[in-house]
Amino acid sequence: MRLSRRLILAAALAPFVLSAAVPAARADEPSTILNASYDIARELFDAINKKFEPAYKAETGKEIKVDQSHAGTSKQARSIVEGLAADVVTFNQVTDIQFLVDKGFVAKDWQTRLPNASSPWYSFPAFLVREGNPKGVKNWDDLVRDDVKLVFPNPKTSGNARYTYLAAYAYALEKFNGDTAQADAFVKKLLANVVVFDTGGRGATTSFVEREQGDVLITFEAEVISVKDAYKDKNFQVVVPPVSLLAEFPVAVVDKVVDKRGSRKIATDYLTWLYSPEGQRIAAEANNRVVDPTVAEEFKAKFAPVRLVKVEDVFGGWKKVQQDHFVSGAKLDELFVGQ
Amino acid sequence: MNRVVPGFGLSLGITLFYLSLIVLLPLGALVWQAMDVGWARYISIMTGARTLAAFQVTLSTAALATLFNAIYGLALAWVLVRYEFPGRRLLDALVDVPFALPTAVAGIALSALFAKNGWFGGTLADIGIEVAYTPIGIAVAMAFTSIPFIVRTVQPVLEDVAADVEEAAATLGASDLRIFAKVIFPAIFPAFLTGASLGFARSLGEFGAIIFIAGNRPMTTEVVSLLTFIRIEEYDYPAAAAIAATLLGMAFVMLFVVNMIQLWQQRRVGAGD
Repeated sequence: MRLSRRLILAAALAPFVLSAAVPAARADEPSTILNASYDIARELFDAINKKFEPAYKAETGKEIKVDQSHAGTSKQARSIVEGLAADVVTFNQVTDIQFLVDKGFVAKDWQTRLPNASSPWYSFPAFLVREGNPKGVKNWDDLVRDDVKLVFPNPKTSGNARYTYLAAYAYALEKFNGDTAQADAFVKKLLANVVVFDTGGRGATTSFVEREQGDVLITFEAEVISVKDAYKDKNFQVVVPPVSLLAEFPVAVVDKVVDKRGSRKIATDYLTWLYSPEGQRIAAEANNRVVDPTVAEEFKAKFAPVRLVKVEDVFGGWKKVQQDHFVSGAKLDELFVGQ
Repeated sequence: MNRVVPGFGLSLGITLFYLSLIVLLPLGALVWQAMDVGWARYISIMTGARTLAAFQVTLSTAALATLFNAIYGLALAWVLVRYEFPGRRLLDALVDVPFALPTAVAGIALSALFAKNGWFGGTLADIGIEVAYTPIGIAVAMAFTSIPFIVRTVQPVLEDVAADVEEAAATLGASDLRIFAKVIFPAIFPAFLTGASLGFARSLGEFGAIIFIAGNRPMTTEVVSLLTFIRIEEYDYPAAAAIAATLLGMAFVMLFVVNMIQLWQQRRVGAGD
């Protein structure tokens, strides 16, 4: 399993350790913290905060309010550098936390502070197709066909779409045994099949659902299932490709902010709580795949089997992928513009 | 001269202070950041295929939108000034709606209308015209957000065109078309140009209304303001500043043209006295 036994134990024990530490809590701790998160996690964290606040009060007797801020994570990272006092970040991409590390807002060792490289749940790019799957879309190969039109957000403005781009690229590399020229052609065709590039995940969902653009919507599995459930009358179908790319949802305490506000303990407790069975259950109910094995087992029937490849294994890590693919003039621009 | 506000020196001081604070400082910061880029890098950013395509898309759709507004806005101003009809005041108030409405809301509403499953979009698709997610969609969004400029600049001037001049022309036997071409249009022409230029400048920078209807595909339906936004998302501040500064330069040229037109207008009015 992806999570070591010791870390699960640590997560399970956290509430007790936490309650033992209460008398030492400083009186001048703030009673609110701010969670800066990505665009489509509004409902998820709304549900989490509703459970966390009373749970925290029951444990510690302390009344806490968690405020939410949602936008594209690159924008959130920039806002924090420019003065948004977010105590914790819950993003959908390592790169944007790396930006905060580079600017001295988050400590370098953030990924070792919480279990599973500080990522309490995960998802991956999956497909949503129209009633009866008229184009018979099953796998990434179907997305480069001439008769299939796609909708996913702009990889330049959306972390969500960067995963889609990388998933397609990883698939193509596997298919062509690592031949980059053929993989390039594959992804280029896939990008050329896109009818509209919205700036964020929700915009793409709107284009697909409300404006009836395209045959396939590609977004996180969590969002794909939520959209299917929200529009029951349209009978959309979820298609989970046999292979996709692991999308982690990294969380971190913003050291510079919590040190200034004296909120480190609450912020850390909040993020630790995301790994608790309750936190994991809420995330799973919101269609995320979770790392706690017991909760994952409970929700097993909900999710189709999939083989997930990792950015680290295929592309040599986020730093490298950023340089090779996403900075201006790199691979994505080359494939995107030359269409 | 109105001297209700105390002292020229004080008034001027306050004016300049706030103008600097609200307008010049942010613009200065932008230009300052763009200067950091250096000429060589600036040229390479601006001559990149994607940047050029974005400028081409933006300029051509803005021209199309301005042309449409020039004709339709003039007609709208004419109707509002020259005719009394029930609902005229309401119509007059409606002209300002694009100014008051958040542009993103306008963009969402327009894309809902013009998408293939929307009210207009369906009919237009039947006759082979696709609006949403094409350059035409961009022009539609631009036309929507900039229509008030032309109406509101032409309207007061049209109101001032004295009826007796028209009557004199009619008495002398001029046809309606001739009266319009020789008497009315020359009088409103500078205001008309001013409105068109302002509308054009606004269209160049419009973002909120456009991104929802444009499709945002690089090289075909990506506008300059979106490209600027994308460069910021890539943490590429210098490129964003360079592109934005160029747009700013264009807006300045437009404003300069507008001022020249107004100067010319004043001289013509002065000469007529």
